[in-house]
Amino acid sequence: MSVLIIAEHDNHTLSPETSKVITASLSLESDCQVLVAGYQCQAVAEQAAGIAGVDKVLLADHPVYTHWLAENLSALIAEVSADYSHLLMAATTTGKNILPRVAGLLDVGLLADVVSIESADTVIRPIYAGNALAKVKSVDSKKLITVRTSAFASSATSGAAAPIVELEKVIESPNSEYVSSEITQSSRPELPAARVVVSGGRGLGDKTHFAMIEKLADKLGGAVGASRAAVDAGFVSNDLQVGQTGKIVAPELYIAVGISGAIQHLAGMKEAKVIVAINKDPDAPIFDIADYGLVGDLFEILPELIEKL
Amino acid sequence: MKVLVAIKRVIDPYVKIRVKSDGSGVEQHNVKMAINPFCEIAIEEAVRMKEAGLASEVVVVSVGETSCQEQLRTALALGADRAIQIDSAAQDEPLNIARILHAVVKSESPDLVIMGKQSIDSDNNQVAQMLAAISGFPQGTFASKIEVDNGFIKVTREIDGGLETLKLRLPAVVSTDLRLNEPRYASLPNIMKAKQKPLDVISLDTLGVTLSQHQEILAVSPPPARQGGTKVGSVSELVDKLKNEAKVIS
Repeated sequence: MSVLIIAEHDNHTLSPETSKVITASLSLESDCQVLVAGYQCQAVAEQAAGIAGVDKVLLADHPVYTHWLAENLSALIAEVSADYSHLLMAATTTGKNILPRVAGLLDVGLLADVVSIESADTVIRPIYAGNALAKVKSVDSKKLITVRTSAFASSATSGAAAPIVELEKVIESPNSEYVSSEITQSSRPELPAARVVVSGGRGLGDKTHFAMIEKLADKLGGAVGASRAAVDAGFVSNDLQVGQTGKIVAPELYIAVGISGAIQHLAGMKEAKVIVAINKDPDAPIFDIADYGLVGDLFEILPELIEKL
Repeated sequence: MKVLVAIKRVIDPYVKIRVKSDGSGVEQHNVKMAINPFCEIAIEEAVRMKEAGLASEVVVVSVGETSCQEQLRTALALGADRAIQIDSAAQDEPLNIARILHAVVKSESPDLVIMGKQSIDSDNNQVAQMLAAISGFPQGTFASKIEVDNGFIKVTREIDGGLETLKLRLPAVVSTDLRLNEPRYASLPNIMKAKQKPLDVISLDTLGVTLSQHQEILAVSPPPARQGGTKVGSVSELVDKLKNEAKVIS
């Protein structure tokens, strides 16, 4: 039994999510290998090789893999997959884009957004925006899994380096082409990896008021999040959205400011260790799950809170 | 250009679901049903393409029992030209739905397939990608903007760090994200007109798709309930609790 983890990276650095997928795979107690596909990504392969529990790294380094197009990358993964009982990837937008396509090519099912691996064929995954947990058994010969990384810890580095094997396979993608990307610049920690997340909602009323959320986040060394209402109102860009359709976070401290607590938002943050809610409506559903609630005007509370920290 | 839109009937997103006490699933009896919100966005996008003269025909398809005709009629009222119900009581495993939709793609030969990025019940986010793989089409998932351009489609996708734009050769499969558009409501006259529009029912047998089981749901349980918290009276008290009780800040 061998597990293949498809690494996510930007051609320079291995993503923290991949490290968590490696942790998730260790419960399978089998040979753990990592596939690094990209262009000029030798450094990524070396980082992966240094993680505890990794037995081997496969490196597919070629310009055709530069932009992670689903079409050729899924074909590559499907070809490589023959020797493995499990294929794992983080349930990021990249993992969700690529691994279901691999499943389609291999004619097997996929266990999505898994929060716990119970045994070699059985997992737990949330359904209905996290309002139910399903225990699901795969009856396929090959198990494909995307891992909800907020449910797993990062893995340690081993000090030793696993061998890196280069793959010569080059697969073109004739029907799809990368045009451009627009990456949001931020000096704050990444949302899914942050220890503290401060999120703002519609209650902020205006884009300019979001600066208070940013200030509070900076004071706590945290990341900034938002509810869908705040994103739709144009306060912040959509990659900051926390919820069923955005990012899933499980920080030590989550502070929800001016967020009522719709089911879709709670799905993205209710695994946080400590939840603080600041809202003027004492009946807002967010107070039902908040460890500490403060009812009042956020425009008075936020400046005071920033000052007292 | 012919556009195929795949939609799903799901429990209304505003309903608070209940897990059955025997752990067999979620209570569906006497619960309000609706079109999956991401599918509404897919219908809207296809109808806008028709209104802009880019699409010649919009065909909407759903896989399910007779009850899903209700959602197909709504799609017709929103502007789709005709509907197809694939009559199937099969378990809604994404791979099986993708294989059924592939059979529809073979018979309808659309230039573009649009569907939601995920259904809000099973939260799988798989069918579009699987259909694209089986059909050999390129895929534009989590689309927040699409532009059709002479045999190609430019798709702007919502990715973790921001946005990414791809150019795909048609035919292609696109899955919709929330910000692609704002779906319209069906007007009463259009609801009346939709009753006259064609709705074909096709049985799984005539489609010639054999399904296989890939997954088995062993149990469904409610998530562990969070301990109800306390309300604090002031900012000072909050800071004190976070420092000394929860110990999450120093």
